[in-house]
Amino acid sequence: MEIPVIRNILEANDKMADQLRELFTRHRILVLNLISSPGAGKTSLLERTLSDLKNEFTMAVIEGDCQTSNDARRVAATGAKAVQINTDGGCHLNSSMIMAALENFNLEEIDILFVENVGNLVCPVEFDCGEDFKIALLSVPEGDDKPEKYPVLFEKSSAMVLNKSDLLPYVDFDVERATRFATHLNKDMPVFLTSCRTGEGLEGWYNWLRDALNQKRN
Amino acid sequence: MHEMAIASSLIEIIQEELNKHGATRLLMARVCHGKLTNIVPEALQFAFEVQTQDTPLAAATLEMKEISVTVACGGCGKEFAPDNPDLFYMPCPHCGREFAHEVLTGKELYLDHLEAE
Repeated sequence: MEIPVIRNILEANDKMADQLRELFTRHRILVLNLISSPGAGKTSLLERTLSDLKNEFTMAVIEGDCQTSNDARRVAATGAKAVQINTDGGCHLNSSMIMAALENFNLEEIDILFVENVGNLVCPVEFDCGEDFKIALLSVPEGDDKPEKYPVLFEKSSAMVLNKSDLLPYVDFDVERATRFATHLNKDMPVFLTSCRTGEGLEGWYNWLRDALNQKRN
Repeated sequence: MHEMAIASSLIEIIQEELNKHGATRLLMARVCHGKLTNIVPEALQFAFEVQTQDTPLAAATLEMKEISVTVACGGCGKEFAPDNPDLFYMPCPHCGREFAHEVLTGKELYLDHLEAE
């Protein structure tokens, strides 16, 4: 017999992501899903952000990695609550992992929740984690053609952070080219050129966070 | 290799549909995937095979049907089907605009139908 179906294969993930979004909206929490290659500086950006804004907001982090709690320890050293998810080889987080991790938090206390996804420019993009925004992070030693090579991430992200700007004198990275291609895919996307080492450009990122939280709450 | 996770969601849906229709043996499942998704059809087929080994679904074939891309031009608004679509270069045959079109089809991922006994 033929059985017609027409069902979205990721429906279970998407349904749970919608439940998460409802929960986050009810608790007035801004949720950001950070996606980049391994080593682009997601954890460093979080360390700076959590330290610099700790008197302004209560922030928390869900860390995704294949193995170890290294990143959760780094982030927790800033005083923020951090929970590590180990995917045991899995290349991305999904909404049920986020739901399970939430048991460790008091949602009443959180203003901004960061999800640091597993380092990977492809797989995390396909799995909605209930976030308000995906943030694409790219570091300048990786090359300026990443938006061309991995367009779906840059198309779906709401902001791009170009990190490790202090290395620009030493690498052939054309900021204009990376920005041009990213904004071809997503014309309203703000781009922040940052260095978590020197602090360059972080104020722009912080202002974007402040605005995003304000918008979510008004 | 997110196709592993996609295959396991797919298998859950297939099992539900078989149960719903009182079928016990799956012959074929057809998945439709848009050309602009991050899905590698061979990787999904491989993941499906691996996860159905030694199960009642093992003998079934997974057919992958690609859905082509159609867009509405970001400039003139006319619809067209680009010859070699990529997200950066889809020149509009009407006004020449190359990017920032609205994708109408080409991003789907769904189980279309099953053949079963």
